[in-house]
Amino acid sequence: MKVLSINGQSHQVDVPDDMPLLWVLRDVLGMTGTKFGCGIAQCGACTVHLAGQPVRSCLLPVSAIGARQVTTIEAVGQTPNGHKIQQAWLDKEVVQCGYCQSGQIMSATALLNQTPHPTDADIDAAMSGNICRCGTYVRIREAIHAAASV
Amino acid sequence: MGYDMPSRRFVLKAGAAAGGGLLLGLHLPSLARATAAPGAMDLAPNAFVRIDTHGTITLILPHTEFGQGIYTSSAMLMGEELDVGLDQIAVETAPPDIKHYIDPILGDEATGGSVSTRADWVRLREAAAVARTLMVAAAAKRWNVDPATCRVERGVIHDATGRSLAYGDVVSDAAQLPVPANVKLKDPSQFKLIGTSAKRIDTPSKVNGTAIYGIDIIVPNMRFGTVAITPVKGGKLASMDEAAARHVPGVQDVIRNDEGDAVAVIGDHMWAAKQGLEALNLKWDAGENGDVTLETIISTMDRASHNKGVVAKKEGDAAAAIRGAATQLSAIYQSPFLSHSPMEPLNCTLHIKPDSAEIWLGTQVPVRAQKAVAKVAGLPQDKVTVHNQLMGGAFGRRLDIDSVEVAASIAKHVSYPVKLVWTREEDLRHDYYRPYYYDRVAAGLDADGKLVGRTHRVTGPSILARWAPPAFKNGLDDDAVLCAAETPYEIPNEYVDYVRDEPRAMNTSWWRGVGPTHNLFVVESFIDELAHAAKQDPVEFRRGMLKTNPRALAVLNLAAEKSDWGSPLPRGTGRGVELQFAFGSYLCCVLEVEVTPPGEISVRRAVVAIDCGMTVNPDTVQAQIQGGLILGLGTAMYNEITLTGGAIDQSNFHDYRAMRINEAPKIEVYQIRNSEKPGGIGETGTAAAAPALGNAIFAATGKRLRRLPFGRGQLSGT
Repeated sequence: MKVLSINGQSHQVDVPDDMPLLWVLRDVLGMTGTKFGCGIAQCGACTVHLAGQPVRSCLLPVSAIGARQVTTIEAVGQTPNGHKIQQAWLDKEVVQCGYCQSGQIMSATALLNQTPHPTDADIDAAMSGNICRCGTYVRIREAIHAAASV
Repeated sequence: MGYDMPSRRFVLKAGAAAGGGLLLGLHLPSLARATAAPGAMDLAPNAFVRIDTHGTITLILPHTEFGQGIYTSSAMLMGEELDVGLDQIAVETAPPDIKHYIDPILGDEATGGSVSTRADWVRLREAAAVARTLMVAAAAKRWNVDPATCRVERGVIHDATGRSLAYGDVVSDAAQLPVPANVKLKDPSQFKLIGTSAKRIDTPSKVNGTAIYGIDIIVPNMRFGTVAITPVKGGKLASMDEAAARHVPGVQDVIRNDEGDAVAVIGDHMWAAKQGLEALNLKWDAGENGDVTLETIISTMDRASHNKGVVAKKEGDAAAAIRGAATQLSAIYQSPFLSHSPMEPLNCTLHIKPDSAEIWLGTQVPVRAQKAVAKVAGLPQDKVTVHNQLMGGAFGRRLDIDSVEVAASIAKHVSYPVKLVWTREEDLRHDYYRPYYYDRVAAGLDADGKLVGRTHRVTGPSILARWAPPAFKNGLDDDAVLCAAETPYEIPNEYVDYVRDEPRAMNTSWWRGVGPTHNLFVVESFIDELAHAAKQDPVEFRRGMLKTNPRALAVLNLAAEKSDWGSPLPRGTGRGVELQFAFGSYLCCVLEVEVTPPGEISVRRAVVAIDCGMTVNPDTVQAQIQGGLILGLGTAMYNEITLTGGAIDQSNFHDYRAMRINEAPKIEVYQIRNSEKPGGIGETGTAAAAPALGNAIFAATGKRLRRLPFGRGQLSGT
């Protein structure tokens, strides 16, 4: 048994040490907001926060998490920057198919946590690990700037 | 029809969300079933509208949502004629029921080809107007007044004396009235909702993780599986180490399908299934396609392209005009195989029982999915319940049901529900690819630089012949020549023909932009070549052929003006233009591109002018053009699917690259609004990308690239 601290709650899970957090979230805990896109940390759809840092949960073995806090899309809206980002996403109508947006929002929230007023270059650096096949990048950029100015 | 109506139910509640937005709750089937059973007293005058005695308005949407915003646009069409706000409705995806939900343009219950708004523009408004007419008539009858003296606002009927009744109050009366055969639709001048940038109804659930896509389905007692399919089309499983897989903790089953071309490992979670699949150490017999490479496919196509094709367009005598021309040009253009690679990998959740089946997935073709499971499981079609879900992108991929067939061929061997998820690698290597096309073009210019004739031979497979055989007539694939046979230009002599050539080892299908994405690259690049040969400005050259096409000329002029066409640019930078009439819409795109010395392409600015006639939601139009263009640009720069030994070489986003935010240009979209009938929009931006990019690269470097993708080392040293 392992104990994981996710969104402020503690969860006991009986899973292999090398099992990536992504599948624990989705298949064991039923938290499907975090998405599977590539499995090799190329697309960012599975981004969660580990102790406040954005990480790709598809390659993060549960045994590496320890006591550190995990935050997912289901709870990021309860943080000030997470809420601002979600609201900006709504205001700018960023979303198309929406499948990558959980990861985009997690990366964008982490960016604002680190850099409250990011430049375009900051946005490129923080967000270029998140692929959107619908091509919502123009609005993602606008929404991050909008959230930062709230 | 075996469909659980409430399973795709959204319920909208006004005003409750933080920040004052709409709160969109996605109800899981088990929750929705308890609250939303259609009642006998409901008003359901047609297949698209249902209103219950509480006044709950449910719209049943014939087209499916994969990002294009059709749930919102369809709801806007109906909300307009019902005189209700988007916050007052619930929407459901239509069940598989071809009789009621056939797309009149596609001839199937299907979503694709940028036709949805064109298909629904009248029928959904009529469906809603029928319901409104009945409810107004019921209220008027109760008040004993002329219905014409009543008006409706936000679902409340008012008469001239100030009395009012809500829709829910008159539903049971209205349900007793005869359904009118003809109803009057609003004049566009009366539109309140259509033409506004209304907020999308699916967005709130997509920013907080609550939206449920096919891959997110969880049903009781479900297990998780992942598949491996023969890497070479037609191949069979030779051997596997089943014991090793079963030894992996959490693995429950190893299933090889009867066809011997797919294996699945099923376990307690995807990780067990994945680990188990790796432990199988699968060996495959490649079969007869084991020698196929991209090069063998291209050389076969090159040979086929010398054959005479089926005529798609013949105007005057193009060959003679070219022979007699002062300047003659000819070229070969090549467009690669492409993968769709939507962000949500292929998946299907199934529970196949002896006498019935249920499936959960996101599909563009629910009836085909239902039939596929029925066939594989040996069940009557109406015993298969389809729970159609939101799709994490499609781009045409979910117009095919090959993955459903594979999933059913596995699931029929187990008694429990199973969610089968393709890894990205399996998804990318078993796509139904956008075909390789091989195009021969020629044209002649007279002494004044005027285009006097052109020929265009398209060589490639026919998707139509496979997907919709009755539409493949006399050997001509209309889609394969779309935007090649007909251009916006006045050209005196034209000859366009089509040679069908099916590649070995490859399945091919629709890809965003379909025929136009391929043909506009060829036609608009070659027009650019002709302009330069004629020593004319590419915009001016096009203008000269648009004297009788005011809508095309207008978008060209608007894009030229907004992009500062003709103003000087730094060295290594260039502007490219392309013009199109595709999917019923006029569009012109100007790109500003920089090519750096190592041959890196950077798109600095994109300007698009669009005339898609009457517009349902201008913000959705803008979003579709922005996103479609980005998909098209990334694809044109980086993407091609290649084969070695009959198997696909690429496997994931590291070798099948997608455009990222740091590469995405600024995109300006200018919309011409008019009262012309609506055109399609979802694929126009994607189709515009490659020709505008190629023409801009030429302007920047003087290099004419005739084979996609552009970034395949073709520019190194420039």
